[in-house]
Formats: sequence, structure tokens, C-alpha cells
Amino acid sequence: MMTATHFAFFDEGSKKEIRRATLKAVAIPGYQVPFASREMPIARGWGTGGLQLTLSLIGTQDTLKVIDQGADESVNAVSIKKLVQETTGVDLTEQTEAATLIQSRHRIPEVTLTEDQILVLQVPTPEPLRKVEAREYVTKRLHAEDEYSGAWLMLFEQIMKYGKTATGADHPVFVNHRYVMAPSPIPRFDNPKMHQSEALILLGAGREKKIYAIPPYTDVASLAFEDYPFTVESFAGQHCHLCGAEDVFLDELIDEATGETYYQCNDTSYCMGRLNSGERQEVVHNHV
Amino acid sequence: MGYVAVKGGTNAIEASLKRLTYERLKDGEIIEVQTIMATMRSLVDQVMSESSLYSPYLAALSIKQANGSMEEAVFIMRAHRSTLPRLYYSETVESETMFVERRISASFKDIPGGQLLGATNDYTHRLLDFTLINESASTNESWLHDYEQALQHVGDGNEVIYFPKVVDHLRHEGLFETYDWDNSKPTDITKENLSFPATRSARLQTLTRGQTGAVTALGYASLRGYGQVHPTVGEVRVGTLPISVGHPNEADEDEADDYYIGNIKVSEVESFVPVSVKNKQNENELEFEIGYGICYGQNETKAIAMSILDQCLEHPEADFPTHDEEFVLLHIDSVESTGFISHLKLPHYVTFQSKLDSIREVKKEGKQQ
Repeated sequence: MMTATHFAFFDEGSKKEIRRATLKAVAIPGYQVPFASREMPIARGWGTGGLQLTLSLIGTQDTLKVIDQGADESVNAVSIKKLVQETTGVDLTEQTEAATLIQSRHRIPEVTLTEDQILVLQVPTPEPLRKVEAREYVTKRLHAEDEYSGAWLMLFEQIMKYGKTATGADHPVFVNHRYVMAPSPIPRFDNPKMHQSEALILLGAGREKKIYAIPPYTDVASLAFEDYPFTVESFAGQHCHLCGAEDVFLDELIDEATGETYYQCNDTSYCMGRLNSGERQEVVHNHV
Repeated sequence: MGYVAVKGGTNAIEASLKRLTYERLKDGEIIEVQTIMATMRSLVDQVMSESSLYSPYLAALSIKQANGSMEEAVFIMRAHRSTLPRLYYSETVESETMFVERRISASFKDIPGGQLLGATNDYTHRLLDFTLINESASTNESWLHDYEQALQHVGDGNEVIYFPKVVDHLRHEGLFETYDWDNSKPTDITKENLSFPATRSARLQTLTRGQTGAVTALGYASLRGYGQVHPTVGEVRVGTLPISVGHPNEADEDEADDYYIGNIKVSEVESFVPVSVKNKQNENELEFEIGYGICYGQNETKAIAMSILDQCLEHPEADFPTHDEEFVLLHIDSVESTGFISHLKLPHYVTFQSKLDSIREVKKEGKQQ
């Protein structure tokens, strides 16, 4: 009986299949390419779409970073990293700049990505029109016919009900002037990072069996009306209590003792990088 | 020491995994894979069926590893499936060639070939059997000995009886439409994403690997009123089917050259469902259609429920969720449903923060007005 696991878990035939779907996705920005999603050793809904992309792409020379809601040390990120490393032996990193492949759940790192990097996003619901139409058979047609009234109406209804658009994460985007796409539940704060991104962004939905992509230097616009422009989450006047960063996505924390709200960088490696460079300067300063 | 390091996840996971192992080992008992195979037949069958991987040995191993959790065992088997290359497709099996262990019909008392009860829980009384607490190997052996002795008086057991399908009888009478053979290549749902409208082959594959509880629940819903199918079970069969593969390189399709690779045990159900159809004179006429169910191992409830859902999905015009193929097929898979439900345990800090921001903004605007 065969008991050793193959390099990067999959048999080579499976990897090729996934790569073919990925190539198609890159060729048609924002279009959801169906693929024969495999069952993985981690659960559906826990990043199997992203993991399948990662495993189909990874080679021995790659350096991998995995983040979950901004944190490298979040338990699921650790679990995914462990699985990839056990089946491939690749180097791991927490530094965004050092990674060639970054798998992320619901965040795009604060550090601007480059042409030499691929960002893989985990996607729970790849269909941006699912809220207005439950049937896949119908939504597939709506995309084909460029019929996005449903998406616009969803925003319009929010304005009617609440006086403004009230989307949370996963605010739909318009890719390459053609497809409306779910950017995965990244905060609205991260949507603009997709526009003209130097890095290739791949999105994988394992349970829903779809792969889609934003190739480098693609136009990505968040859906909005002229008189009700797109807005990101506001952290006005707040800063990270550790590193002092201001223009980043912050986690809201509550001081157990005082009950007061304070803030901290959500991107842990960005925060640590800033702290460490601060420390370095301090060390240099003290020794001069 | 100038560098700040945030650690936590790795250590927490390590500790949790150790605790899991501890829970399995702490009482000092070891269950052998062989013991599971021999004494938990139904559990092994269900795991094989839901994971769509026929291997009693691996199923038993996964049950051991999963501490007896169905969803976990199926999950492990499915993940293992993803590591195996797909080398061959087996040849078509005619289920009439089944080596029948059990075969009943609820439609006719006297079916050609007769009813054969075989091994079934159906007529056991579900009373806790306290004698099993102190079961002894020697008593079991003498029971087996007596049983085998008694069997010899029944007949030589070497006679092979052919059981014709119950439906053939009715088809001769014209109560069932005779369809042309559909020999189109079946869709392989493990190689192609399910697309809609789904082919019947894709539907049947999805149903047969569905979670037993989910398939049963939806079949039951249809039967109770949230559907239009109330069948009579024409035939339930349990037995083994021979599986063979053709030569991978030789094109000539001589069945005699196929390689026999083993038997699989299955439960097969043909349900008879009355439907009204238009005849040539455009008048309404009653006719029967078949709902088909099949699954690995002996799991008759699932196979019957599957036959109801198969028939439901053949009639998408009915306005019930059980007749909607996206509703049925996309929600019955064990790995998919348990996975997505359990993902709610993952942190949702960012997404929740985003929603929080949105609601605060809306509230702020509300106050200003």
C-alpha cells in the first residue's frame, strides 16, 4: 500500500487540471472558471480553494506566506502552512516582501505587492449576484449577458433604506470593464489595492468549485454611484497602539481593565516590521 | 533583544492535536482495523458510500482515526481520494448480473424469482441486547457451527438463481415506457464541475455520494408533501457486482478481454411512480416511471430516498424545493455542508469589523437627520 504523500499533496494530473483552469481565469479577468475542486485534508470553507491554487502553483524554490484575517499566526493560517510545508518542504516567511506566494483569507497585505509575487485569496462565495439570485444556472447567464441590474439594485436599495450603501466586506467590483466580481470578503479598505495591482491575484473557491483572477495591471473599480461614491472603513483619528500606523486597517480591541476601545494593526507582519525597524533605529541611535 | 515576535497559533495547535490524541488513547483500549471491518459493517458501508471510495479496509482505518465520527471519517477518505491518480474507468455493469443476497418487492407478493429477505434489521425488535455485554468467543463459535450445520439441510447452496428485474414484467405489459439505450458517456463529477441543468449521470453520482441523513431528509420531505413523488418500491436489491476495466491501450472492445478487478457490494432500488402523460391523441394517461437509487454497501434507506429524489429531479416543473436540482444537489454533500458550517468557527474579525463600520455609519447618518 502506498503510504507516502505526493509532492504538494495532489497527483500531477490534478495539478495540471487546476493550472489549466487558472490560465483560463487569467485570460478572462474576473470570470469565474468552474473547475473540478478536489477534497482536501482541511475542511471545505476553511480555504480549500486557495489551498488548491497554492499547491498547484508551488515549486521547491518558492517562499510561502499564509495569513488569516491579517494574521500569520492565526490558527488556520498555521494549519495551512503546516500542511503545505509537510508536503513540499518549501521555505515559509511572515515578511510580505520575502514571499513569492501569499495565500490570504480576507485581507490584502498593507505592503504593496510586486510583479514577482502571486496573491491567492480564499473565497467563500464567488458569485457576486448570489444575494439577488439563488440559482447558478441563472447567474451564469446574467454574467454572460452583462446583465448586472441586480448588483446595482442591491446598492440602490441600501441607499433607499439606510441613506447610504451599507455593504460590509466583499463589496463587489467591476473587473476590466466587463465582469462584476466578488473580491472575496476583504474589507472595502482593500478593494482599491486590486486596481492596477502589480502582482497577479488569484481567487479560489473550493466548495463552490470556481477559480478566477485579476491579472497584473488590470482595472478594478468598486461598484458605486456618482452621487454615492464608494467609501472605505473609517478609522479617522485612530492609530495603532503598538506601532502608531495610521493609514492601515485596524482591529478594534477593548481594554479589559478600563473598558476603553483601542486600536491595533490588523496586518500583524506589517506592524511587526514597523516595530522592528523602529527598534533597529533605536539600537543604531543608542550606539552612535 | 530588539525583535518583537507574535507567536501563539503554532503552539496552540500543537497542544490541541496532542489533546486529541490523548482523548483517543487515554482509556488504554485499542480497536483493530480488522475488528471494525468485521463488526461495524454498516458504518463501513456508509463511510464508503459517502466518500465514494470503495475500500472497506481504508474506511475502517478512517473510522478508527476519526474516533468513530462519520463526517470526519468521510472527510479523511475524500481527502485521500484526491491524492490518487485516476487511471481507468470501469466498464458498464448490468445490475441484473448482481450476485443477490437480498431482494424484495413492495409492489408484488409473487415476483419471478421470489422474495429473498437475506440479512436485514427490518424485523428485529430494537431492544437493547444486554447479553452482548458478556459475549464470548466460544459461544459465538458454537452458534456459527450450528448455523452452518442447519444450512446444509436447506440445500447444497451451489445453485445460482437468476433474478429478473421486477420492472421487466410490467414493461412487457406496456405500463412502463421502453426507452432507447442511452449510451452517451457519463459525466464524471469528480473531474468536471457540476453545471446546470445537470445530466442525469451527474445527478445520480451526486445523489449516491450524498450524506445519508441529508438524502433521507430531502426524500422524506418530498414524501410528506414538499414534493410530488410518492413511490411504491418496485424492487430493493442488495448484493455484489463484478467490476472490470478494459485494456487501456487496445481499442478493440471485446468484453472477454476485460480485466476483472473485484466485487463491490451495493444496494439498488427501483421505485415505481405513477405519472400522467399525454398520449398521441393528446389525452391524459397514467403511466409509471422509475426512480433509481443505488449506493455502496447495504444502506437501503439512502437508496430508497435517492430513488425518490431522482424521480423528483426528473420533474423540475413541480414547484417544490425537492424538485429543484440546485437545491438538492448542492446541499447534500457531507464534506461540503459540514465544512462550510464548521468554518463559522474561524475568526471573522476583519469581516465583522467591516460590517460594524457600515452599521455605525448608517446609525450616525440616522441621528444627523
